Parts: sequence; structure tokens; C-alpha cells
Amino acid sequence: MSEKALLEVKDLSVEYHTDEMTVKAVNGVSLSVGRGQTLGLVGETGAGKTTLALSLLRLLPKGIGKITSGAINFEGANLLSLREADMRAYRGRLLSMIFQDPMTSLNPVIPVGRQVAEVLELHNDKKLTKQQIEARVDDMFRMVGIPPERKNEYPHQFSGGMKQRVVIAISLACEPELLIADEPTTALDVTIQAQVLAMMTDLKEKLGTSMIMITHDLGIVAETCDSVAVMYAGEIVEMGTVEALFEGDTHHPYTEGLFGSIPRLDVETERLRPIDGMIADPSDLPGGCSFHPRCPYCTERCKTEHPQAHLDARGHMIRCHRFDKEGEA
Amino acid sequence: MARYILKRLLLMIPVVLGISLLVFSMMELSPGDPAQIILGMRATPEALENLREEMGLNQPFWTRYFNYIVNALQGDFGTSWRTNLPVLNEIVARLLTTVRLALGAMVLVVAIGIPVGILSAVKQYSLLDNVTLTGALILSSMPAFWLGTLLILLFALQLSWLPAMGNNEISGYILPWITLAASYLATLVRMTRSSMLEVIRADYIKMARAKGANERQVILRHALRNALLPIVTIVGMNFAALLGGTVIIEQVFMLNGLGSLAITSVRQLDVPMVMAEVLFIALITSIINLVVDVLYVYIDPRLKSQYVMARKARS
Amino acid sequence: MSQARNAAAGGLRQYKKRSQIGSVCRRFAKSKTAMAGLIILIILVLLALLCPLFLDYAADVTGQNIRERLQFPSWQHPFGTDQYGRDVLARVVWGTRISLSASLIIIAIATVVGALLGAIAAYYGGMVDNIIMRVMDIFYALPFNLMAICIVASLGNGMFNLGLACVVGVIPGFTRVFRSAILPIRGQEYIEAARACNTSDGRILLRHILPNALGPIIVQATLNLAITILAIAGLSYIGLGVESPTPEWGTMLSDGRQYMRNYPYLVIFPGLAIMIAAMSLNLIGDGLRDALDPKLKN
Repeated sequence: MSEKALLEVKDLSVEYHTDEMTVKAVNGVSLSVGRGQTLGLVGETGAGKTTLALSLLRLLPKGIGKITSGAINFEGANLLSLREADMRAYRGRLLSMIFQDPMTSLNPVIPVGRQVAEVLELHNDKKLTKQQIEARVDDMFRMVGIPPERKNEYPHQFSGGMKQRVVIAISLACEPELLIADEPTTALDVTIQAQVLAMMTDLKEKLGTSMIMITHDLGIVAETCDSVAVMYAGEIVEMGTVEALFEGDTHHPYTEGLFGSIPRLDVETERLRPIDGMIADPSDLPGGCSFHPRCPYCTERCKTEHPQAHLDARGHMIRCHRFDKEGEA
Repeated sequence: MARYILKRLLLMIPVVLGISLLVFSMMELSPGDPAQIILGMRATPEALENLREEMGLNQPFWTRYFNYIVNALQGDFGTSWRTNLPVLNEIVARLLTTVRLALGAMVLVVAIGIPVGILSAVKQYSLLDNVTLTGALILSSMPAFWLGTLLILLFALQLSWLPAMGNNEISGYILPWITLAASYLATLVRMTRSSMLEVIRADYIKMARAKGANERQVILRHALRNALLPIVTIVGMNFAALLGGTVIIEQVFMLNGLGSLAITSVRQLDVPMVMAEVLFIALITSIINLVVDVLYVYIDPRLKSQYVMARKARS
Repeated sequence: MSQARNAAAGGLRQYKKRSQIGSVCRRFAKSKTAMAGLIILIILVLLALLCPLFLDYAADVTGQNIRERLQFPSWQHPFGTDQYGRDVLARVVWGTRISLSASLIIIAIATVVGALLGAIAAYYGGMVDNIIMRVMDIFYALPFNLMAICIVASLGNGMFNLGLACVVGVIPGFTRVFRSAILPIRGQEYIEAARACNTSDGRILLRHILPNALGPIIVQATLNLAITILAIAGLSYIGLGVESPTPEWGTMLSDGRQYMRNYPYLVIFPGLAIMIAAMSLNLIGDGLRDALDPKLKN
């Protein structure tokens, strides 16, 4: 797994410092994404998913967000040791990102076509001429299902779904190796969501792009992902293949809670079971296992000792004391 | 676009009319008797009465107001009660000084304020940012007439580098320009900085960085134009306030502009002069606001498509 | 377990409540500059309140003493004496009383009127809004100093008319700010809810809308206190306001002008007093704005 991996994150920790507090947003996250694979990153709002995504591109807010430890290996290079100028060559070219809200991620005073062309001009390794770039922009527009004639229009003239198509065109224009999609459909209408999602998976297949799909929608995960990482309070508490997560028997209590809070058609359920309590406050994480105040299986040990990651033979990882006995104890 | 400008021009009419009515009624309250002012204390009651009749002062308020507006529209703003000369001549003679003063200060404000504000935002929390903010705080807390006085003390009286009083040379305008610019400069720097800071936090700036743009491209190509949108409005509003500020600056540097004329006419109860002056300034202010609004339409594509492209679509 | 959870939830609720005003105060107290402004202002207010205890208005502040005229600063007269032999320090200190009280009254009146006009314009919208805002446009198109000149021309010199000019000059800006602060509140569900409960318009305005728009109102009022102090001094300087021998800072500066070549301290100290007063209010206003809306800062 590790040999072929395109992206390997090891023990990554991120903190935010403001005047008032220190927020431990990401705590010792390790994950990997293989070529052509899609990793789903799920968890509640505030679990640190977006922070993780921004740190992969090294785009944490300056002066506030800081990567405190860990390594990000991408195609053999550690992104964290690159100079800023070299890092820029990766952004948009090899790693690109789709932000959550298409309404605000396009520059309101620049025509959309220019915004697609810009990323091509910034990474013009093939020395394309102006006409070739324009032709490529037209191709991209067609690819995401927008008539190329509309490229001279401004973002405000597009609907939310169309804007997100433009954003996708921008992020795929250079045919990146890895696409990080941060809740790309959350802000869209349900019907548009399905269209955009289908188009994204389609293009991803066509271009052979790997993807990290950040979402809190387990349905999207089931449809698009190969493997899943469940995040809670800045940590990955469970990670494995989609099959293992959706059909396996052993889960982290938090994952169980997540699945318990969505309706299912195949099981007779009286009512949904939401997870009790609020997500842990990342500026004041509970000791021991971060999930213990909300965990139905909580023991004394959970309150004091941080659980280790437990891997089974198929690479399914769970970070919980309940699975200690199954290992060597 | 022409339609938009025409619409705005039409909207200006009630504002200017409103101001004229406001000022006209305020002057109505003024304690002096015009005939007495013109003829002096020793005039006979008959002479006073004749003059009142001749000036139409015995007519009702609305008739006089209506006549004034009709005459003003034809370029006749009446004659000064003090000098008996046409008001317009005096105003035109002094307009140049005030315009020179205001324009020069405005150029200073914009040329320094916008770049410094942007740099300060880009280098937030740096030494430069802190110095800028402190400077802006001091300048905005300093009364302009005091700053002018201090500048005169230092550069004119102590060092003798520049004249203490305004003359028609550029050197005579340097201190007035700086003095007038100071507080508006402070406002503009702070506004530019906060506008830029807000834009820098926007998602499309993150997006630009995620595309691999370098800091200079992010600022110049993506942030600047968006940050300038609100600044254009502020500059327009500042210019109007700055015109008002000339009143005090002209007094400090003994410049013979509209401002000092206004103060003299108020002291002498020269109503036609005050009226004409206020109308002129209000007109200039309104025109500046109009220009700013039109400019705004051109730099904000959201408005542009509303006015310009909609026209195209219709034709 | 569930009891503990309830207790925790209760604690959370309490935390929320306290965070409303408490966190604003805490953020304000954390800002060194804002606190510095507050301390300076407190000192100035104390000076203004207490100066009659150690200064006699007729003897120390306005009483002439030609034998001691135009003395440079010394231990006896730390700020020197003016052309009539009056102690400049005593006059500057007394000036605090005049400037602070005048600007406070002006802003209090302007805030009440501006808040009501803005609230009415925002709440009723449509015609009412249009009429109020167009009238404000008229006042807005007239630069402040000219407006003041017109008012003084029609009503005559003096503190009251100067104050009136300032009130009229400040109200349009207040109305605009308050209107735009109230507009987003008008659409909130809790206003709809209040209306659904048959609450009267006046009660909705006073009990539900204004308290929620208080933040911008306070910031605007504080910053305009500084502007008003500068305006009072400026208008007095050009001879439209307070007249000698009242120890108003702008008037003192204007009186000192003819002597400034040889006695510069006559124009330096009153100006310094104006600047310190205005700066303390600016610092507090900025601190309040940051404390009320922390996202603007970072």
C-alpha cells in the first residue's frame, strides 16, 4: 500500500493560535491515497477536515495556523520541506482543491474564462500559446458541461451549480494528480448535487486523478470512495475500505454513532439515534480518548489513556480501547 | 449607461433644490435687515422701504424663493449686499484657490493613502503596519487647524523653508495641502487596510493561492480590484468632506478661497453670497458623488452587467 | 451520567449568556491600546468633574492678571500664561469640562434622534424609508463646516448654536449607520415571532430591534465623540462658536495665534489637549469595534 501511494501523510498535527486560545485542529493524522484512488474523509463540522485539506496544500491562514509536526509525502517529495516557490509549482498543477462554497470561491471581478486560463498560464510547462490556452479553456468548459461562449461572463451571472462546474474546470485544467474536494456539493441543491458529483467522478476516472473527498454525507462516500477515514476531534478514529466500513462488523463507537444517525432502508428502525452531546471543543480537548464524554462504552481507562491505533489483517484501522484484547493486550 | 447617468442627474435636482430651500429658509431666520445692511444705519425709513420694495423683500417667502431659483438657473445669483457686485464674479474669482487646495490635497490623500493602506494590510502585524496604524490614529485625532499651526511654527517661523501664508506659488500651497490631506489620509489608509484585509480572507483569494499564484499575483490580480470597490466610494465621500475642510484650512493659511469668503459673508450677514456659495459647494459635491457612482458601475462587473449589458441585450 | 450531561448543558447555556457582554468586555480589556484610551478618558473626566474643587472660574480661569502676561512655562505656570496673564494650564484643564460636556450632550441627542430615525426607516421601509433617507441625503451633500456656517449665520454665534450645528451635522451619518445595522435584524425570525404575538411596533422597535443593534450604535457614538470634539474646536477656531474669555480649546488656540511667533506654547498646549481627548475616544471606539466584532480583526 505504502509503496504505490501517491500521497502519504504521517503523524500530521496542526494548531491554530489566536490572541485568545490555541486550537489543536489536527492531531497526529496519518493516511495515504493510492494512485487513481478516492479517499473519503468524513466527520462532523469542526472535526478538522478542512484544516487537514488546507495543510496538504500548505495554505493554512498565515500567522494563525501552523503545522507543528509530521510529514506529507507526495510522489516521493516531502511537501513540508519544500521552499514556498517550489510549493507553488505543486499547487494547481499536481494538487488542486475545490472549496466548499462555489458562491465565494470565484473572483467576482474576473470573467470565468480568465479564471480557468489563469491556472493554465501559471503552470505553462508545455509553453502553450495564447490560442492554445484559450482552446484548452473551451475544452474544459465543454468537459464540465458549460457552453464555451459563456466564458467571458462574470461569476454573478452563473448559478451555484454552474459556478461549482467552473471551479471544477479550474481545478482539473492542469490534470492534477490529486484533487482535494472539500464538501464540493454541500452548498448546492440536492438535484444539482447529484449532477455535479456524477460529473466529478466521471472526470476523475477519465483523467486518472486521485481524490480526497471531504464530506459529512455518508451516501456520497458510498458512491464515490474506495476507502474512508473517519475524523473526530482532529484525529482519524477509523480508516478502511468502503466495504469494511459499510459492511464490516467492528467499528469505532463514533462510526457506529454516525451510521446510527442516518436512515436505512434495509433495517427496520423506529427512530434515528443521533450521537449524544456536542463535538469536542478543539481548544480544550478532553483527556484520554477525545470521544469518551460521548461514548456509550466509556470506561475509566478511556478517560485517562489515549487509545492506540489497531490494524487488522486487511488494513482496517480503529483507534479504540475496546479492541485492545483482540491484539496482544 | 447614458440612461443611468441621466437618471442620476435627475436625482441630483431634488437634492440641490432641497439644499437651496434649506439654506434659503435658514437665511430667512438671520437677524439682519438687508435694506439696513445695504444702506447703512443712517438711511431714512423711506429709502429703506423703497429698497425693500425694489428687492422684493416684501413679497411672500415662496415667491422670493421661486424668483431666486429662476434667476439662479439663468446664472444670476444676485448682488452682494456689501459690495453691490454680482455674487457670481466674486465666487468664480475665488473658486480657483479652493479647487487647487482641494484637488492637491486629494491627490496627496489618494497617492499615499491607497498604497500605504494596501501594504499595511498585506503585511498585517508587521512593523510597517503598526507604524501606519499609529500614524493614522495620531493624524485622525489631530485637529487640522492645530496641525497647520504647528507646521507653520516649524517650517515657516523656525526653519523659514516655506511661507506661512498662502500665495499663488506652489510653495504657498505645500503646507495647506499637507494640513488638509492629513485627517482624510488617516481615514483612507484605515479604510483601505480593512477593505483589503476583508478581501484577503475571501475564498477566492484562497482559491487563487491554491491555483499556485504567487503573493504578488494574488494581491495585484485578485485582491486589489475587489478591495478598491468600497474605496472608490470612500474617496468620493472624502472629497466632499475635504471641500468642507478647506474652510478651516483657508483660515489657518489666510488663503482667499471660498471658505474664507463664506466666513466673511456670514460675519457680514451677506445672504446672497452665503446662498450662492453653499449652492456651489453642494453642486460640486453632488457632481463628485455622481462621478463616483458612474465609476463604480464601471469597475464592478455586477453593476456593469446590470446597466451596460442590459442595454446591449435590449438593443 | 445524564444528570452530569444536563449539568454540562446548563453550564454551556450559562457560558453562552455570559459570553454576550462578558466576552466583549474581556476582549476590550485585553486590548492594551483600548485600555490606555479608557484610562486617559477616565483621567480627563475626573479632571472635568473635579476642576471646580481646585480652580476658581472667575479668578483662575478667566481673571486677567496683566502683570504676569506672556510668561513662558515655569514651575509656577507649567503651561505658561497668555496675553492677559491667565494660567494656560488652568484654562486647558477647564476646557476639558467644556469640550467633554458639550460633545457628550451633542452625541447623546444625535444618537437618540439618529437611532430612532434609522430604526423607523429600516423598520417601515418603503415610502417612510425613502423620505427619511432622501432628507438625509440633502444634509449629507452639504459639507459639515458649511452647514455650521449657515446655522451660525441664521441664529448667531454661541455655544448653543454651535451645538445645534454639530447635532445637525452628525445625525445623517448616524441615521445611515443605524439604518444599515437594523436592516438585517428586521428580517430575523424573532422579529416575525414578536409580530405574530401581536406586539406593538413601538415595543418591537424598542425592546427587540434597538438592543440588538446596540453594538454599531455604541461604536459610532464613541468615534463621533472624538469627531465632535475636533469639530467644536474647529468651529470655535474660525470664530463661529464659543467666544473668549471662555476657555474653549479652539478659541484659546485662535487667540494665541497672533503671539505664536514668540510664544509658541500658547498654541501648542490647547492643541495637545484636543488631540489627547480625541485620541482617547478613538482608541476606545476602535477597541469597542474590535471587541464587538472580533472577526474584523484577525
